[in-house]
Order: sequence, then structure tokens, then C-alpha cells
Amino acid sequence: MTTGAGPCANGVLVEDVAPSALEHRCRAALETGARMQFVYAWFPHEAEEPEVRYVVHAASYQSPQIWRCRPGPLSLPSLAPIAPLLSWHEREVTDLCGLRFEGQPQPEPLVLLRGATAQQPPLRPGSAMPLRYVPAPHSVVEVAGSTPQDVQLLPFGPIRADVLESAQFLFFYIGEGILHYHPQLFFKHRGMEKRFEGAQTPLAVVLAERVSAVGSVAHALAFCHAVEAAAWCEVPPRAAWLRVLLAELERIYNHLHYLGHLCHTTTLKVGEAEGKYLEELAKQINCRATGSRFLRSLVAPGGLRREPRLEEIAAPLARLRTEFAGYADLLESSTTHLDRLITTGRLGKQLAFDQGATGPVERASGVDRDSRRDQPYGAYEEMPLRVAVEEGGDAHARQRVRIAEIANSIEIVTHILDALPSGPSRTDCHAAPGTEGLGWAESPRGSVYYAIHVHEDGALARVKIKSPSFSNWRVFPHTVHDSNMMDYAINEASFGLTIAGCDR
Amino acid sequence: MALKTIPLWTLYGLRGGKVTTTWPRGGDDGQGGFIGMPRFDPTRCQEGCRQCAEACLPGAISMSDAPAAERLTVDYGRCVVCQMCVEACPTGAFAPSNDWAFSVRQRDDLIWRGAEASPEGVALKDGIRRIFGRSLHVRHVDAGSCNGCESELQALNNPFYNLHRLGVFFTPSPRFADLLLVTGPVTYAMRGPLDEAYLSLPEPRFVMAMGTCAVSGGTNGGGYACGNGLDGVLPVDIFVPGCPPNPAAMIHALLMLLERMPQGVHGGRIVAENDDA
Repeated sequence: MTTGAGPCANGVLVEDVAPSALEHRCRAALETGARMQFVYAWFPHEAEEPEVRYVVHAASYQSPQIWRCRPGPLSLPSLAPIAPLLSWHEREVTDLCGLRFEGQPQPEPLVLLRGATAQQPPLRPGSAMPLRYVPAPHSVVEVAGSTPQDVQLLPFGPIRADVLESAQFLFFYIGEGILHYHPQLFFKHRGMEKRFEGAQTPLAVVLAERVSAVGSVAHALAFCHAVEAAAWCEVPPRAAWLRVLLAELERIYNHLHYLGHLCHTTTLKVGEAEGKYLEELAKQINCRATGSRFLRSLVAPGGLRREPRLEEIAAPLARLRTEFAGYADLLESSTTHLDRLITTGRLGKQLAFDQGATGPVERASGVDRDSRRDQPYGAYEEMPLRVAVEEGGDAHARQRVRIAEIANSIEIVTHILDALPSGPSRTDCHAAPGTEGLGWAESPRGSVYYAIHVHEDGALARVKIKSPSFSNWRVFPHTVHDSNMMDYAINEASFGLTIAGCDR
Repeated sequence: MALKTIPLWTLYGLRGGKVTTTWPRGGDDGQGGFIGMPRFDPTRCQEGCRQCAEACLPGAISMSDAPAAERLTVDYGRCVVCQMCVEACPTGAFAPSNDWAFSVRQRDDLIWRGAEASPEGVALKDGIRRIFGRSLHVRHVDAGSCNGCESELQALNNPFYNLHRLGVFFTPSPRFADLLLVTGPVTYAMRGPLDEAYLSLPEPRFVMAMGTCAVSGGTNGGGYACGNGLDGVLPVDIFVPGCPPNPAAMIHALLMLLERMPQGVHGGRIVAENDDA
């Protein structure tokens, strides 16, 4: 994927699209069932004006395509009115790269809080000045009508009860009913994409592992896939299999945590304790096998830095599998628990697709997508992978998808332990100066993408991260408006969102 | 079936029995296999070699022009436990270890010093045990973490660690808290809420910098949106490096604050290892 059109190592095509043709191309793509995955901008060769990339996933083609677009005088037509999921991505480009989108339906800042100003677009190379920040009130909906005083505003956060990530949630409500909900995220925006600038690719994987800890493997994988695409590098089969093992171990502990936390919100106390205990057992398996409870410090461009201790996995995982089967059966037959889940936070199929829901959230709304199968990477084509899909779209459907995925992940790990090919687990991987690559992985929360651009000096010039929680936070408020307070915590837990991944 | 599920959960819970560890009074700490801070042996260091420093993304290893055995400075307060130095070092001067109980009272104690270990950690403000007894209430503030520290803090209340058994509780309001436990490198947007939370704590109040980000910024600090942890932001009583510190290291830090476990690290090395919970 160096210059011009043509396939690159993982089949990604880059194509030049003129700004004037964007809307037409976008409409045509959407009509054939394509999804606009995301848009980002970067400054090639220290240019003054950013270059924009649209990553498009056509329904009929395994790899995404990239539309390269060179805007003229710092503006482009907004595609958000046609493809609503692009709205947040466009606003992020405006905040961080200084590019305007004409006709953007919500032209206020997103990633930078109101009151934060940058002397230069923060992602312009060489721009290093800290933001100036004078806190300013949020611009949210205005309440009108004959009795606006009946509507109360509850601003909750950014420091919330319990041990939780920082974010502020604004509820406009009357009694129990939530009229409107606005999550004010990005208190945790750390400028992670900028941290990659100037880093060497083998070291930068340490950063990728620290974007969202509970997605360490998926982030490291997507980053390494991007480097390997840029380098035309194929990892040895053993490394590809072991990477799947790590990715599925990550899914297991994440989904177990999810079930425990969901039980916390429905006050099913023993279910909560058991879910969190099983999560702890899964993390202890991770620790004994890899030295890290978050499976860090193994994945590297070209394969793995070292081999996990496989002999530590089989026996405790078999015990976990038995424990989990009984636990899942009980969860699925506890009417007090299910009563709180069924019809809660319902997300329709069309809305899920249009607004960009990903991972278990979209699969629970009947959208049959999973990049492990649809855009296969690593060794997934050789795995007994079953994509779990539910039609309900409610909190219960999301629980069912996760339960099915845990069972399947244990099956995949067991298959790997039985049939792991021998051979080396790392090969040389060197992305040449001036190259670029796009990589992806299916994290426990959905698809994560990394787009990398290598500078002429061999260091990273730009890294764009599309995290699954960024996509799902965009969707989530649609299930909260016109719901009620009692269901809110359950609904939020059922989405399984992280804030670190979203805010970056 | 419908009416029977709650008794089933009760039986299910009882059948599992007690799973809580007795650690730190004997028992399993749950960290088998954990790879912690690399151990540093300067006598193996080669003249002119810079490979560890070049492999250290957060800049925990720095170089001077002094002779081989003295030219390296290792600051464990910046270490994110990525093991890149261990892989880069050609002579084994950095070796993997399972050292994770790395909490200290003085930031300087995280910097590797040769010869003599520093004097015993200074006794806390007038004997914390006299003030709080053996109990502690904690208000956690996420100032921009990667969620790793939160994931492990949440694990403290799972049935295996069951933090309540040690008399330590998380509170919703800072006004009920004795300790402000901070994670993350402190983003520009969380600086204000963090200061407000600190000022809402009744005195005497204590601050714990949890995780390498809060100690020094780690790999994620600095840049256009972040500070470098609590350095220059709040007065810190306990520094807990680690990326993230595992739940046992967190318990060690909390009990260390209460003077129920000793500090193990002096001059960047674990020099004492005994439990007194």
C-alpha cells in the first residue's frame, strides 16, 4: 500500500477520490450494503494541509477499501447526513487536525472539551503545545415548552460512585422517565495517537497495549497487522495460532467480567460474585501462562516476543469450562435477572448498522458481522469459530451473545492446545520508510482498526486508532432516550463499554 | 422453574465454599507466574552499550558518561514492566523477576541506587494507626488511566481477594474518605475534578499514586493533553508503580499505608520481605 491504487499485503486497496465525488460515491456504496468504517486525517510530508482517508467496508469484499481524498482549502463536504456513524469521526478530525466538514449536522467539538483550545491542530507534526483549558458549560439540548421547570437535569460525574472510569452523564428527566441523555466523554483523552509519532514500530506496540488495558491483545494485534501489511510480512503459522489463543483468552476474561457486572446491576448477588470469581480465575490463567494478567508483552510485529507457557492453560481452563457451563445455565433461567434484561435498552437492527454498532452489541441486534470471519486474519480460518447472533436487540440478547462467545472461545483455545503447529513464532518484520498499512482485529467489544504511516526516517509519522467503544458509545444514547432511570445502569452494563478506549 | 431460582443460587454459592485467599497471612497471593519489575545488576553492564535505554519507551533508564557500573540510572517509577530492556540487554544486566510489591513512601526510593539502601521509610504523619485504627476508606479517582488499574481495583472486591476482610472500603463520596487513590497521568480535563475531590477529603487525608501513570506519567503522560502523573499536582504519601500493579501489590500498598505491612523497596531494590498483616 505504498502509492496509488493497487492491493497491499492484506488486500486493502487505496483509491483517490475527488472531494466533489465523495457524496456520490458514499451513496452508491451504502446502497450496496457497504459500511463506512471511519475517517481520519494526517499530514503527509509535514504538509500544511491534511490528507483524508475514508475506510470503507463493502459487503461483498473481504478487505476494506481506502478512499484517499485531498481537500482543498481546509474543508470537505460532510458525509454524516448520509452515513451517520461518520459524524463523530468527522468531529474528531475537526478537533485534532483542524479540517472543517461543510454541512456537519453537529458542528460542536467532540474530543476536546468545550473551553479547551489548541494553538495548532494537535495532530499536526511538530505541534507539541499543551492545550489551554478554561472549563466551559456543555452545549446540550435546551428545554422548551409550557412547563420546562418540570424537567430536571442530573449531571452525574466525571467522578462517579464506586471504582469507575471518568465520564459525565447528563440526564434530563421527569420522575423516573429519561427524556434525553447526553454522555460527556473524553475527560480521559490523553492524545494517545500523538504518542506514537516518532516511535519505532517494535517499541510502539508497548503503547498500543496501553490504549485500553482490557483490549491489550486486540490493540496490539491490530497495530501489528498494520505494520505487517506495510512490511509485506507474513507471520509464521505457529505465531498466528498463538495470537488467536491470546485474543480468545482476552475475550474469556472480559466477557466473564461483563456477566458479573451485569448481575451487579440486576442485584443478583451470588451471580455477581461468581462472575467476578470466574474472571479472576481467567486472569490467573493469563498470569501463569504469560506473566501478565492482561496478556501484555507478547505480541510483536512479525509474531510473538516469547512463547506463552501452554502447559499452564489446559487443566484450569477445563475446570473453568465446567464452572461456567453451570453458571450460564443458572443465569439463563433466573427470572428475576431476566425480567430486568428483556426489553431493556433495545437497539434495532437498522439503527445498529447505520450508527456503527460493533461487536457483541451489533450481533445482539441481528447484524451478522464479525471481522474474525468476514475479514479473516491470523489463523481464524482454521478455527472452530461460530459467530453468535441474536435478534432481540435488548440487554438479554447481549448477554446471550456473550455467553455463546465465552463457550466458543474456550473451544477455540482447546483446539489450539490440541493442534498447534510447530515452528518458529517470530519472523523479521520491517516496515520500510514511506509505507503505510491498515490492520484490524475483533476485540471482545468489537472491531479495532489501526492505520499507520511510516515516516521517511523509518519512525511512525501517524497512527490512527478506531476503537470499538468509540463506535458503541455513539450508538448507546439512542437506547437511553425515552427509557427510565431504573433500567439505565443495566442498559449501560449490557453494552460493556470502556471509556479509556473511546477517549484514547 | 421460575420460583426456584433464588434458592438455587443460594445452594450454588454454598456449594462453591469459601474461595477467599488468606494472603497476606500465608496463603496464595494469586500472582503465580507474574512478571514484575526487571532486576538490575550493574556489574554485568558493558562499556558503551546503550541498548536498554534505547528500548525503554517511558524513559525509565537513562545514561550518563560515568564508568560502566555507575552510568545507568534506573527509575522504577517510570517502568511499565514491558520487559523490552530485558530482551534488549546482551549481558543479562536486566533480568526478569516476579518483584511486584514495589510500593514506596518516598519517590526517590524507586530510583536504583547502588551501595547502601536508604534509611527506613519515614514514619507516616503522626502514626496513621492511631488515627484510623486498622480501617481505611478510599475514594478512587480515574485521572485518565487505560482502565488497567480500574480493572485490578475492581478485582479487589471479587471473592478471591475480598478486600473488605482487611477493613478497607471504597466510598462513593470523598467526604467519607481517608485516602484519595489516583490512577492515570492526569489529563487536562481531570485536573480540576481531581483537585476538587482532594479538597473535599476531611483531614488528615492521604494520597496514593496508583500505577506508573500516576507516579510519573509512564508511557502515556505528557503531550498536549496530559500531565506527568501526580508530580507537582498533589502531595503523595504512597507511590505504587506497576502497569498495572496487580491486586496483591495494591493490597500491599494499602496495608503499607496503614503500617500493617512493611515497605519492601529501598533504593530501587526489594531489600526486605516479611509480612505483618
